[in-house]
Amino acid sequence: MSIDMSQFYQVFFDEAAEHLAAMETLLLAIDLQAPDPDDLNAVFRAAHSIKGGAGTFGFTDITEVTHILETLLDRIRKNELALRSEMVDAFLQAGDVLKSQLEFHRDGTPVDEAAVASICATLHQLSGDAPQEATPAASAPVAHAVGTPDAQGHRYQIEFRKLGKVKLTPLLDELARHGTVTMSDEKKNGSVSVVFDSTIGEDELWEMLEFVVSRKQVSVTQTAAEPADVADDDGFGFFDDAPGVPAADEGFGLFVSEEQLKADREADDGFGFFADAPGSEQLGKAVEPTPASAASAPPPRPSPAPAANAEASSIRVNVEKVDQLINLVGELVITQAMLAQTTAQADPVLYENLINSVSQLERNTRDLQEAAMSIRMLPISFVFSRFPRVVRDVAGKLGKQVELRTIGEGTEIDKGLIEKISDPLTHLVRNSLDHGIESPEKRIAAGKDPKGTLTLKASHQGGNIVIEVSDDGGGLSRERILSKARERGLAVSDQMPDQEVWQLIFAPGFSTAEVVTDVSGRGVGMDVVKRNIESIGGRVELSSVPGSSTTVTIRLPLTLAILDGMSVAVQNEVFIIPLGYIVESLQPAKADVKTVAGEGRVVSVRGEYLPLLALHSILNIEPRTRAPHEGILVIIESDGVKAALFVDDLVGQHQVVIKSLETNFRKVPGIAAATIMGDGRVALILDVTALARMARANDLSTVSA
Amino acid sequence: MAKTILAVDDSPSIRQMVAFTLKGAGYEVTEAVDGQDGLNKAKAKSFNLVLTDQNMPQMDGITLIKTLRGLPQYKSVPILVLTTEAGDTIKTQGRAAGATGWLVKPFDPQKLMDVVKKVIG
Repeated sequence: MSIDMSQFYQVFFDEAAEHLAAMETLLLAIDLQAPDPDDLNAVFRAAHSIKGGAGTFGFTDITEVTHILETLLDRIRKNELALRSEMVDAFLQAGDVLKSQLEFHRDGTPVDEAAVASICATLHQLSGDAPQEATPAASAPVAHAVGTPDAQGHRYQIEFRKLGKVKLTPLLDELARHGTVTMSDEKKNGSVSVVFDSTIGEDELWEMLEFVVSRKQVSVTQTAAEPADVADDDGFGFFDDAPGVPAADEGFGLFVSEEQLKADREADDGFGFFADAPGSEQLGKAVEPTPASAASAPPPRPSPAPAANAEASSIRVNVEKVDQLINLVGELVITQAMLAQTTAQADPVLYENLINSVSQLERNTRDLQEAAMSIRMLPISFVFSRFPRVVRDVAGKLGKQVELRTIGEGTEIDKGLIEKISDPLTHLVRNSLDHGIESPEKRIAAGKDPKGTLTLKASHQGGNIVIEVSDDGGGLSRERILSKARERGLAVSDQMPDQEVWQLIFAPGFSTAEVVTDVSGRGVGMDVVKRNIESIGGRVELSSVPGSSTTVTIRLPLTLAILDGMSVAVQNEVFIIPLGYIVESLQPAKADVKTVAGEGRVVSVRGEYLPLLALHSILNIEPRTRAPHEGILVIIESDGVKAALFVDDLVGQHQVVIKSLETNFRKVPGIAAATIMGDGRVALILDVTALARMARANDLSTVSA
Repeated sequence: MAKTILAVDDSPSIRQMVAFTLKGAGYEVTEAVDGQDGLNKAKAKSFNLVLTDQNMPQMDGITLIKTLRGLPQYKSVPILVLTTEAGDTIKTQGRAAGATGWLVKPFDPQKLMDVVKKVIG
């Protein structure tokens, strides 16, 4: 029966990735002075499990790396070697290499072979200040047990003692050319014991041995070639009464025990085989029939449901299935809204039951929607968890001391957002480390703790997720930003409020770093961060106190699928404005609206002049009214730019299900997406950022009354 | 009546492979995620064979074997240790703990089936 192993690969990949993540977390938290043995064991186990799986599924490259890693970890956990910080570094690197090897097997992403070789060398070298035999010994059975042992040959038990500086590897290689070498007992009080199966005579063997070691250092005993080890080479065996019992079974291993097993089986049907090994005398020598245990055991019940496993409390589901579910729930929400609208017109006396049922349906639909959405929600720790490593690496490279604090890791956020937020966040963290937090000397000079603090904080605020990246570094330099902006020819003035000065950082190609480091400062940056975050409906804000802190705040919608919106009308058309962008809505006095020659209209809102955008003229619809004082102005704000959007009416506030316009139709400038309203009509969701940009294009904010 | 096997390993992929292979060969397989889980499951129900990994959280394979051997109903049930270590240390420990045999990882499904067949038929 041949089994297709590839069906198990996915589980192995997931499992190995989990082990690697766990390993990294443990390594980052480890205390070099007093490493917790439990942690070391856990790290070792992780490496060990990956190796076991990789070996089983035939990923030899992974096996090789984990083998060296495991060997070193094993020595550390057994206190044979002290843990040093370069070891932790090497382990982390090895983790990265393994990750790339896993990716290679999963999706064929090429592996950097040089990195693999270098990490193997580093790990070897780190375990190198140990007795030299350790490494060859561990790999000896693999390396040397290639030849087929000759049944007609001899078996030598070779004991090396007091080897001192003598290296055994060349000798073992030489021996391997003449037969099969198996390391048996390694390092028992510094001696090494080797089993050598070969056709060469004892004299010949001595010649080879004396070439390397003196006769005092070695003893050779010839034993009967024992097929037991053939089985051993095969990777399994059974413990027998005594070692070295001549095997009756010629062919394949020491299946004396096999016969005994068979006998046992036939004797009592209780399937016993007594390993009469030392220390288990209580088991008795005779084959005891096992009453009640197996023979008369009740018929085996079906195995207990896997629900018993802690692991089975979660299932892996394809994201597409979840998305499909959410989509269907979205449709259900729309259907429910249609029903609600229809029943609202029904006579409440005649249709009392129907109306009650529909309102019940509304509650249930809402709950269902929330439950479905929550499937996609993951704690933000999925993103935060990568930062201890980033901070450690970058801070180390820059020679800074930085402590990372994370707050609110349990805050849940849509899976789609998690993927999109992780790059911008990494950028912000690196920025903070590079430009924000000062070197220990500077910090001491400024009277601060030499160790800087970088804080990542996530929380829910209303319908938003707020993520803050803050550092207690030097803060932003107003002067430097202004002078840099002037250099770049941006229109700035010294009277600009701080908030606007900070916004300059988000201009493309803007960097105030004096030195370009390989961490950041190439000026590809904040503008990309801002763009990425805005593309997922978020906003970026920056605040800074000179000399003591900088905080970047990212506001994101809870989810990408549902939006809180205000519906507005132009004639019979309904549009949705995302609620987050709306500052206020008002009906202006006739006198507040002014026309600036050639530049359009502005409106004065409490002394502030805002550009007036008429939605009907942007979208080319015939409006109910063209006079702003007869309609409504919705004040929107995006990128710190405010504008007044002129519409006919406010209709109401809704939660709407976002339907992509691009996948169903095509991209339309000024329109972000579409939705289906309760009455079944399609409403377009306005792209406020684009509208604000239109307002900025004919910037009228400096016009005064 | 299908023979029952308890497979104890902390690695889901290995567990899945072992279970799949042995189920395919007509055995009834119960999985356990570590030594402690294995012990609980072994106590709840009797098995014809126990396969256990050595390195596991909570309780390792050797401890599991020792504990099982202390239970009257497991005095004579075959127990195989799955080990990645080719060295003799684990073998010696396994023998001392009362294991019936060992199987070196990595192994392929065919070998696993051969060995299991030899032990419980």
